[in-house]
Amino acid sequence: MSIDLSQFFEVFFEESFEGLDAMEAELLNLVPGEEDLETINTIFRAAHSIKGGSGTFGFNSVSDFTHVLETLLDQIREGKRELTAEHVNLLLKAVDCLRALLSALQAEQDPNLEDAIALRIKFEEILGVNQSGATKVAAEKQPAQPEFNTYQIDFKPHHHLFKTGNEPLYMISELAELGDLETLAFHNELPDITDLSADDCFLSWRFFLNTVKDESAIREIFEWVEDDADISITLCGGLFAEQQQATIEEPAVENIESSPEVAEVAEVVAVNPSKKAATAKVTTPAAAESTSIRVGIDKVDSLINMVGELVITQAMLSQIGEQEITETTIASLQEGLAQLAHNTRDLQESVMRIRMLPISFVFSRFPRLVRDISQKLNKQVELKLLGEQTELDKTVMEKISDPMVHLVRNSLDHGLETVEQRIAAGKDPVGKVTLNAFHQGGNIVIEIMDDGQGLNTEKIKKKAIANGLVTEADELDADEINELIFMPGFSTADEVSDISGRGVGMDVVRRNIQSLNGSVEVSSAAGVGSTFTIRLPLTLAILDGQLVRVAKHTYIIPLISIVESLQIDISKVSRVGKDLDVLRLRDEYIPILRLYTIFNHQGAIETLDKTLLVVVESDNQKIGLLVDDLLSQQQVVIKSLEANYQKVDGVSGATILGDGRVSLIVDISGLIKLSGLRKPGSQELIIESKASLEAS
Amino acid sequence: MISAHSEVDSKIMLEQAQGVKQFLTFFMADEEYGVDILTVQEIRSWEEITEIPNAPDYLKGVINLRGTIVPILDLRLRFGLSAIDYGPLTVVIVVKVYFEQNSKIMGVVVDAVSDVYSIAEHDAKTVPNFTDSENSEFVAGLVNVGEKMVALLDLKKTMDI
Repeated sequence: MSIDLSQFFEVFFEESFEGLDAMEAELLNLVPGEEDLETINTIFRAAHSIKGGSGTFGFNSVSDFTHVLETLLDQIREGKRELTAEHVNLLLKAVDCLRALLSALQAEQDPNLEDAIALRIKFEEILGVNQSGATKVAAEKQPAQPEFNTYQIDFKPHHHLFKTGNEPLYMISELAELGDLETLAFHNELPDITDLSADDCFLSWRFFLNTVKDESAIREIFEWVEDDADISITLCGGLFAEQQQATIEEPAVENIESSPEVAEVAEVVAVNPSKKAATAKVTTPAAAESTSIRVGIDKVDSLINMVGELVITQAMLSQIGEQEITETTIASLQEGLAQLAHNTRDLQESVMRIRMLPISFVFSRFPRLVRDISQKLNKQVELKLLGEQTELDKTVMEKISDPMVHLVRNSLDHGLETVEQRIAAGKDPVGKVTLNAFHQGGNIVIEIMDDGQGLNTEKIKKKAIANGLVTEADELDADEINELIFMPGFSTADEVSDISGRGVGMDVVRRNIQSLNGSVEVSSAAGVGSTFTIRLPLTLAILDGQLVRVAKHTYIIPLISIVESLQIDISKVSRVGKDLDVLRLRDEYIPILRLYTIFNHQGAIETLDKTLLVVVESDNQKIGLLVDDLLSQQQVVIKSLEANYQKVDGVSGATILGDGRVSLIVDISGLIKLSGLRKPGSQELIIESKASLEAS
Repeated sequence: MISAHSEVDSKIMLEQAQGVKQFLTFFMADEEYGVDILTVQEIRSWEEITEIPNAPDYLKGVINLRGTIVPILDLRLRFGLSAIDYGPLTVVIVVKVYFEQNSKIMGVVVDAVSDVYSIAEHDAKTVPNFTDSENSEFVAGLVNVGEKMVALLDLKKTMDI
């Protein structure tokens, strides 16, 4: 008879989080004084369903809290109260608080109620609720000294109660959760068995509840049936509790025995705590939310279509297989195989598309972020989101979110000027931050643009010299200086604020993006603004690769890191030190790494003019890889070497080529490390080589 | 059906009770070695392999085992024996090795496969520790099968690279 409600928890949480997101988005659209009724209604509905759901599932901390929120919204909705900026701020905080409460409940931890109580007091101040609310808060604040009260509750449902879909049993078990519950059931209205209609409720109850909670908590349980039952709640006081319990004990037992339905109630009440314990054990892991993915029905449909085609192709091929081999069957076999290749490729693309989500999942958190930070910094900011429907692999999406938050914070803090500065510079007092996402080739590009003051190259250079990253003598152009902000330990903020300035930022941002096989660049113009450009592969599972041959081995160089491939003009090569060759390419000096030496392979071509040089870039450093030959370019599926073996230096993974052979994917930054070339963080080697070249 | 099951079950249970395990044996430099047959995934012939740069000499490289990248060790080189040219009898035994935290699929190149024996574990003698050969650490025990002696491999140690 009783349903295990815990099976619906996950759905409830998911819906509640969605509701909160909707509330947040709508709240950010609200402008006090010119609010749109429909917007307020949307917020109200979201709050209301969270309250209803949490009440049903017994998450009272959530439903109590949402209740005050809802009351305020209701008053605004009905025009009894003017919406103020303070209300919006408070409501936004309430959304945060609810999110924290729900996350704690989802992880089956006890939620931290402090914030909720503090916020609730604020709401109640606005609402001007009576003293009882305040005492209730006080009581909740000090659970160490609970005050027990005994309430007498008379609950007389109307006959049609069951038809409204309400079940007294649940209310009774909820009551039992509030404290010690004594139940008396009255069955004197029960008609003769012949007249009895099973759909009607003839029972009524009297409860004695000994609880620390106040009347409103009890009222809330009966909230949904207020119109379908006579309910009276009276306080009998704490002192009489024991006595009353003693007096009612006898009849209660008798009643319970005589009424099967109540017996069941008693059972439910008794069973409840143990059931709670059981649900606590069935722990959903905290990461549950990221393990499922919502897929549009169109994607699933297209997948089914492709599988259908695949089945047809398979049938065709097996039919050919049964025939005798003649010239014609071979021709149609080839045709069938081409068809199969086509199907497989389509299917692969479709399956990959399932993992793709629109980037709005990441973008959606920024309006709130920008609002909060701009308030804190006292700047006026307009956020523009473009290309929200651009799709991106889910894993990439999860990992790109933090670096993006960091970049946006930086733009707000360092990039945009204060209102006064902007007016003085003759700009629009409202600063603009634009997030733009779009596809370019096999990559997704995310741009974070601001129209602020741009990077201060002088300041950056001074700081870099102070930190010993470069020396006074280095002649760096503006772009090179701007690149310095991605160095470890670099921060120009004069004061460390809680928004930015700890100097652990940009290098981490770059590293995180590089770990996704992506890159980040900055371009800036003083007084006009700066743009950060993040480039990411669409997916982590597949990579565009250039196959190269070294001796008899085939390696794959990620296409994204290749700058160009060329034949070496031997006259432009100089030897630096003992064994480092450097190629002068236009106005750059490119160290040449011989892949066969680094990988220790025999039998490769060693003369420079008979080989090819693949110029690659990593960590902002260009190097040339010496290879015997360039083979084809193709998409490769990345396989882990570590699953059955271990990390190999200079290799980021493996893949399986069309002929079934394994080929290794070159890890450029690992190669640089392996070759002994120093990282750009200490550019000595490169600079040294430049100096010696110029001297010669 | 139930009885057939229980017959097999009881045989297995009996063998387990007696500590009897089946071992796949193979030859290497005229010695016979054995591995627990339950760890063996498959036996393959030697095929072209992709070398891993800068790996120890006994690691021949990696192969594609139905989409999984599997490293292959030459057991002769692992044991410090002289290498021989691979011939038609040379096989790769693919085993699943259980380490403390995880398990890995790996392959070993051996001279030839031999047989499958049922061996009671308590029959295995410990390796005499007066041999100063470093290979003794790879051997979990020695057993006599008929006239022959079989060395049972400690896979975890052998494959811990």
